[in-house]
Order: sequence, then structure tokens, then C-alpha cells
Amino acid sequence: MNIHEFQAKEIFARYGIPVPRGIVAANPDEAKAATLELGGRSVVKAQIHAGGRGKAGGVQLVHSPEEAAEAAQRMLAANLVTPQTGPKGAPVRKLLIEELADIKQELYVALTIDRGHQGPALLVSTKGGMDIEEVAATSPEDIHTEPIDPLSGLMPFQTRRLVRHLGLDQTVAGDAAKVLSALYRLFVENDCTLVEINPLIITGDGRVVALDAKINLDDDAMFRHADLLEYRDISQEDELEAKAADLDIAYVNLDGDVGCLVNGAGLAMATLDATIAAGAAPANFLDVGGGATPEKVASAVKIILSDSKVQRVLVNIFGGILRCDIAAEGIVLAYEETGSNIPLVVRMLGTNVVEGKHILGASGLPVTFADTLTEAAEEIKKLNV
Amino acid sequence: MGILVDETTRVLVQGITGREGSFHARACMAYGTKVVAGVTPGRGGTMFEDKVPVFNSVEEAVAQTQADMALIFVPPIFAPDAIAESADAGIPLIACITEGIPVQDMVKVSRYIENKPTRLIGPNCPGLITPGAKCKVGIMPGAIHLPGRVGVLSRSGTLTYEAVEQLTALNLGQSSCVGIGGDQIIGTNFVDVLRLFDADPDTDAVVMIGEIGGTMEQDAAAFIKKEFSKPVAALVVGASAPPGKRMGHAGAIITGESARAEFKIAALKDAGAWIIPSPADIGSTAQEMLRSKGLTA
Repeated sequence: MNIHEFQAKEIFARYGIPVPRGIVAANPDEAKAATLELGGRSVVKAQIHAGGRGKAGGVQLVHSPEEAAEAAQRMLAANLVTPQTGPKGAPVRKLLIEELADIKQELYVALTIDRGHQGPALLVSTKGGMDIEEVAATSPEDIHTEPIDPLSGLMPFQTRRLVRHLGLDQTVAGDAAKVLSALYRLFVENDCTLVEINPLIITGDGRVVALDAKINLDDDAMFRHADLLEYRDISQEDELEAKAADLDIAYVNLDGDVGCLVNGAGLAMATLDATIAAGAAPANFLDVGGGATPEKVASAVKIILSDSKVQRVLVNIFGGILRCDIAAEGIVLAYEETGSNIPLVVRMLGTNVVEGKHILGASGLPVTFADTLTEAAEEIKKLNV
Repeated sequence: MGILVDETTRVLVQGITGREGSFHARACMAYGTKVVAGVTPGRGGTMFEDKVPVFNSVEEAVAQTQADMALIFVPPIFAPDAIAESADAGIPLIACITEGIPVQDMVKVSRYIENKPTRLIGPNCPGLITPGAKCKVGIMPGAIHLPGRVGVLSRSGTLTYEAVEQLTALNLGQSSCVGIGGDQIIGTNFVDVLRLFDADPDTDAVVMIGEIGGTMEQDAAAFIKKEFSKPVAALVVGASAPPGKRMGHAGAIITGESARAEFKIAALKDAGAWIIPSPADIGSTAQEMLRSKGLTA
């Protein structure tokens, strides 16, 4: 789960990580009042669940409360499109109005799970404020990675080493070390999968301040963080993806016109690849999961059918935990309830396949059966209208 | 015969009295697997299907039945404890089917078992099977498998079945099939299993199925190039995935250039693997590879 910058900064503040004074605004008047309160100048920052805001016009330095109101008006008026949002962009409902910072130095700090050593790792770089992917690609030696043993946690000698790598002088080293250890506690206690500060700044008067804040939370651990669930902002999610998530269905909206219903994430990815190889374009990734009931399958099919892009549906079910007859019942149920007549190509295999095909065959739905993945992809291509 | 599991494997099932655990324990037994014990805390002293004794702890189950492998079906909140309990009891091989374990819980338990003589397969995996030994320890449909000499290795569940189905349709049997799991933190990786296939006299060649996310395929490519002695056919799925979107599996998310399918495919190609062009061509590519090596008619 992603959360907004202003929410991440609320969490930072709770852990004693210094953040700039800031006020959340939802309209130009509030942005104006906030800027006045901050001394007449501010930075207006659009709150969306994606990076790359700066270059896209989502961050603006303003020199008066009136200018803040104008910036707010502009940002709230349209979706913000950044390299990370996709062409539709993300709606801007809230703005963070912050005091100006006196930046002497910009650093990069992040905590994430490193698959390599199977534990958390702290990354630091003196190349703060830049696209870190680019730094990693062009000058990897500028990023120092510190693997952390999850049982002992981040040790003081490690924070000292990280601070050394950042080349900080003694006057700020202590404060920087405190930020790093607070960040690790925050990461663990909130079941984060990523915490990123880009940039962490050293101010002219020698303070260490998190100028930006990004937190990703582990969906699988949210059962023990009811408080964090309140940070969810559904306006930032794709409508169909949000609906699927609520039903515990893994779904990703894509650009094509072939709706895909599959069980298993790997097989679902393979089905998309096979569809593309046959010259068609998938409308979505969908893994209906293992222990699905006919009702859950029906919900998944209804999500596919409610997508206006979808012109044809490809079903690829390898019956294991999910039985083919259950899948078939769910498909029929969804078509009956929606009255849809979008044609389907169905490839079913495994547990109770005979029963499954019988249910679909007798249903009167516009079904074409296929035995193999190749055949299924070819049949989908034939349906091209 | 095969790797990791065979006719001598004595399986205990953690969570055998649950819905999934009982269903799949029965299916494993029907396939021929020796399921010797079940463990559900609080249900000790009962019998599963009138055949399998249920114990309160793994420790008791091992003492009474000499179980040497654990198969885990318990819910995500309890699964890390179940893994640690089996490792503590000295079980050398654990397969954890459970999906949705919080990553930081998994990080701790993987550290806990690191210095114990235990190999963990998974979590979030289909398990493993050696068809020639009639030993299935997992949730895969047994009937699609055929005893033979191709090792199958994958991060996915149903896609492994797809691979097996295509191989069996061409009469290409399998020595062992191992699904290592779709999560970020897993106990056994591609290189670990490739090493075992390399040493297995009953495996002639390997079909390996990777996906987007992480760099495990590149690690496998480096190993194949350096020391793996048998032919490998490899597929990497997820080329169509947009960056930053998680494709179901916790591990299948593009968070950097190297996590993309094309970089993984390039590495495997460079290592001399036979690249499977599309998921529909798993069987045919394997057949072509085996023929060219004189390993099949």
C-alpha cells in the first residue's frame, strides 16, 4: 500500500525525524492561509502516489500567499502526469504547503528489503535530489548499501559507517545517525517494504531535515496495522484495481482489449505474454487465486466485463486448488447477472475439467473452447473485430 | 531417484486438520506419498483419515514417526512459527505452501533457519514432486506428471503445471519438479536447485521458468555459464508488466532495469540456455533441445 508524502511525514515526526513545517491544504484558500502562516512564502506540493512530481509541475516555490492560491488552483484543476503515473496521470486532491528550506547539501537515504541477503538494507548516497535509478545505473559506487541483520537490527557502528560514507562533518554526524536509527525503527514497526528520503538535507544552519518522504507498506501485514489502513487513498488507485483489491483478487489494468481470467500469478503473466505473441493485446492481468468460490470467480469476471476496453475474454484455468467446475459456474453467473454477450475463448485443464466444460457448453454463452495455450491465443486473434 | 524427495520421504503435514491441509494431504497420499504424521496444536491424539496420527508438536511427531520432511498449510500469521518449529525439530526439508506471509516475518524466520541443517522450499509455492518415486509433496495435480528425465524448476505454481502438461503431452517425463515460490524472500533459489539437478544422475536436462522481479534469473545464468553441465531450456514471463505494478506474486514487480524480462532473457541466452520464445512453446523447445543433444528420439 502506498501513502502520501504528508502522511509519511506525520509518521516521520512521530519517530523524531525532523521534517519542514507544513500544512495540508485542499483548496486555494487554504493554500493561501497556510502560506501566510508560514511567513508569506512556501513550497506547494501536489500529493499523489507517484514520484517525478518536480519536473511535471507538481512542486512550486511561491513568493506570496496569492501566488500560493494560484499554484493550488492550477494543481488541483487537473490530473498530474509524471513519468511514474502513466498517461492518465493521478488526481490531486490535497496539497502540502511547506516552509522554504535552506539547502546546503542533499543526500539520499532509503530502507528496503534486499533479496540478495534476505533482509533489510539501508542505502545512502551523497547524490540526493536526483533520480536514484539513474545514479545506480551510471555511478553505482556513489550508493553505499548496508545490509542489516533483522535479529540484531541496525547497530550503532553501522549508522556511524553510513554517516562516514556520507562524508558528514562532526557537527551534523550525530543528528544524521539519529535519523538513520529512527528510520530503521519506523521501517520495522510499521511493516514497511520501502522508506525513502530523497533528499535528506543539511540546512545552512546545520540541521538534518527530511525534505521528501516516501513510504510503501506491506499489504500482507496490514492486518496488524488498523491505524495505517486509514491512510489509504482510493482516489489514487485505478478504480477497477481498487475494486479487485477489496475482493482479494490480484488485478492490474492494462491497455488492450482482451480481458484475461487466469488462476495463478505465473500462469496469468504467461497468458498475457502468449496473447501478445499471437498479436493481440491484453486488457488486464488477473489472478483469481486458489481457493476461489463461484461467487469470487463471478466477481472477477464482472470486473473484466465492466472494463469498457474489453471486446473479448480469454479464460485460462489450470484446475488445481481451484476446480474447473467452480470457475465455470462463476463465469456463467457473471454473464447471467450482467447480460453480457462478449465472446469468450476458454482453455481449461486439470481438476474437474469435464464438468467445467459441460457447464459452459450448456450455458448458451458465446464460448469457443481451446485445448492448448497456442490454440487459445489463436482463437482470441480470430475473434478480432 | 530425482532430487529432494523420493519413495523414502516421510512427510508430516502442519495444518493437516484445516481445509486446505486435509484436502491436499489426502491428494498426496492418493498419489503414493508416505504421509506419516500431522501436526495441529491442540488436536494431538486424534487420527487423520483413520491412518495418520496427529500430534500437538513437530517434536513429538518426529520422535514417534521419524518424519523427515514437513509440508506447511497453516495461515500466514502462524506460518513463520510453523517453519521455525520444524527447523528446531531437526527436519531437514520443509515446503511451505502458505501465501501472504508478511515479508518482515519471513526475513526473521529465514535468518532463524540460516544456520540450521534445514532447507526451506517456498513459501508461496506449489511444493515438489518426483513422479518416478510416486512422491508428491505439494498442491500440484499429480495426474499430469510422467516419470522421466527432465527436471522442472519454477517460481510459479500453475505455470509449472502448464510446463509439465506440455512436456507430458510430448511424452517427455520429469525427474523432479520444484516450485520455489513467488515471494521476495524464499528459502531456496534457482541456483540451489540447479546444483541438485546437476548432481542428480536421473536428470538429463532442465526446464527453468523465471519471471520479472529480482535478479535470480541472472544469478542462475551466471551459474549455468560457469559450471552447470546439463542443457537448460528457459522461459521468463511478465514481459508485458508495467514497472511498479505487482503482478500477483510479491516478488514479481519491476523495480529496476535488471528486473525486466528482456534483461533476464539476455543473460540466460548469453549463458547458453535454450530460450523458450513463448509460454506456449515450453514442450516443443524442450523437445528440440533434447533431440539436438541426442537425449530423446
